[in-house]
Amino acid sequence: MATTTSPAHGASPLSGSRHFVNRADHGDEIARVITFIFAASVVLITLLLVLSLWQGSALARHKFGFSFFVTQVWDPNAGIFGALPFIYGTLVTAVVSLLIAVPLGIGAAIFLAELAPARVSDTLEFFIDLLAAVPSVIYGVLGIFLIVPLMRSYIEPALKKTLGFIPLFQGPAYGIGFLTAGIVLAVMIIPYIISVSREVLLSVPRDQREAALSLGATRWESTWKVVVPFARTGIMGSIFLALARALGETMAVTMVIGNTPQISASLFASGYSIAAAIANEFNEASSPLHSQALIELGLVLFLLTFILNGIARLLIIATSQRGSGTANA
Amino acid sequence: MNARLRWRKFLSNFMLTMTGVCAVVSVAVLFFILGCLVYQGGTSINWNFFTKLPVPVGETGGGMANAIVGTGELLILATLFGVPIGFFGAVYLAEFSGSAMAFVVRYAADLLNGVPSIVIGIFAYAVAVHPFGHFSTYAGGFALGLMMIPITLRSTEEFLLAVPRTLREGAMALGASKWKTIVTVIVPAAYRGILTAILLAVARVAGETAPLLFTAFGNTYWSKGLKDATSSLPAVIYSYALSPYDDWHRQAWAAGLVLLVLVLVINIVARGILSRGISVPR
Repeated sequence: MATTTSPAHGASPLSGSRHFVNRADHGDEIARVITFIFAASVVLITLLLVLSLWQGSALARHKFGFSFFVTQVWDPNAGIFGALPFIYGTLVTAVVSLLIAVPLGIGAAIFLAELAPARVSDTLEFFIDLLAAVPSVIYGVLGIFLIVPLMRSYIEPALKKTLGFIPLFQGPAYGIGFLTAGIVLAVMIIPYIISVSREVLLSVPRDQREAALSLGATRWESTWKVVVPFARTGIMGSIFLALARALGETMAVTMVIGNTPQISASLFASGYSIAAAIANEFNEASSPLHSQALIELGLVLFLLTFILNGIARLLIIATSQRGSGTANA
Repeated sequence: MNARLRWRKFLSNFMLTMTGVCAVVSVAVLFFILGCLVYQGGTSINWNFFTKLPVPVGETGGGMANAIVGTGELLILATLFGVPIGFFGAVYLAEFSGSAMAFVVRYAADLLNGVPSIVIGIFAYAVAVHPFGHFSTYAGGFALGLMMIPITLRSTEEFLLAVPRTLREGAMALGASKWKTIVTVIVPAAYRGILTAILLAVARVAGETAPLLFTAFGNTYWSKGLKDATSSLPAVIYSYALSPYDDWHRQAWAAGLVLLVLVLVINIVARGILSRGISVPR
């Protein structure tokens, strides 16, 4: 660290205490200014990011206005850019992933927080943290080489046979598509749901559980009817957090969704997501309008995750305050 | 015991068992992923993999030396850019800041943390590629560094604030100025936590692919320098996995194994540093 050599070091004892205090204050001022510059640069970078997305998409925003969000056609050659298929693909895959990840994640969180002994719980949480660290491109590799063939030969035909009367499960089974992308996403977001929900469940005051048990509730009834409702907002927070992750996830989805800008009722059909479109087309954008439309997609993605993260944070803070508030009372 | 009570007890046991199953399934995924990569990629890992350049389709052998070095360079650049901003910003938040400024900085950091990595890529392209007219290792490092800032900042701040007040007051009472207290007492007391935060941030960006697509791009040869586009493990895995060649698929599995082991080892080391105890008594 550059600041370790102190100006006060060389001061002779004769220079007087007044001098010393002055110089020390001076050093504090310098340290304050230096660290302030770094802190301010964080704010500056964030503002710059928002600004560059906003300005970078100006052309597309003016040209298409609101119709950008409702147009189904994405045709770079004709210069027509509509974001609807991408927004649809992003939302559908996110919803599929939540349907799978939420029950599994909350179930696991309940086990870790309520049942498992502290040592077991901490060990499992350690593995869950490692799972959260697995890079998304690796999920993509497993997705195309394992899950896609599995979906194509077994799961999708089986779904078609049993649930084929629902439009969601009709059409040819290629293996790639919304359903596969949703499943891969689900595996990726489960760790986030588990970690945050476990924390929130652990913050529920002990007397809540004891009161329920003393009234004759079984262990599950005390958990499901007392503890989980108490932690409800925080668990919702973990779900929003996971949803934000799912929406912004790029590589794994790009590798298994099929990359066809279309809207289809079937989950077996291939589609496209916002992040995948940017990843695939940004480098090869054929015209300024094309790259601006892609940046506008980035802006949409940014706003979506911004809102969801904001809601998640509020919900999580609300529960942890409620938990500690009651514990103190 | 009447039937209703028996049903309730059964339901309780059943549901609690199911939560256990959920937990086991979730953790099993980690070992399944690791097992798959070892099984599929383990055989392709040999000396050549770490020392040779990729070979054209059809030739066997070859390696990913350029991607491994590229990932190393990118991570060093990202650390050099992201960690100072995160660290000194955290010192400001923990030691100097008023509450209004602290709120703004924390808010900005949380916002930056939530930005999808592909959007970080667009921003890095606009700032570090477009003005210069070419892809570069610098730009890739910049993109990854951006992602490291909020992680380093928020955890460093947390660990600095966790240093007991008594240590701070002790130093002040000995006549140390504020910055001297920070440099000689507070930061050393929190260094384990800070190191953990930095390592976790490195692990987090090591596997990122999306921000590199428009910045470091990729390169089939050695990068000619930091101003040149560079290959990286995640980018190679992505392009090889999507290629139609079996040889390249095997290489993708092997690279995936190397990347996963790298990320997991950094994570385990980081958590090990922290769990050996906070370096100050609380």
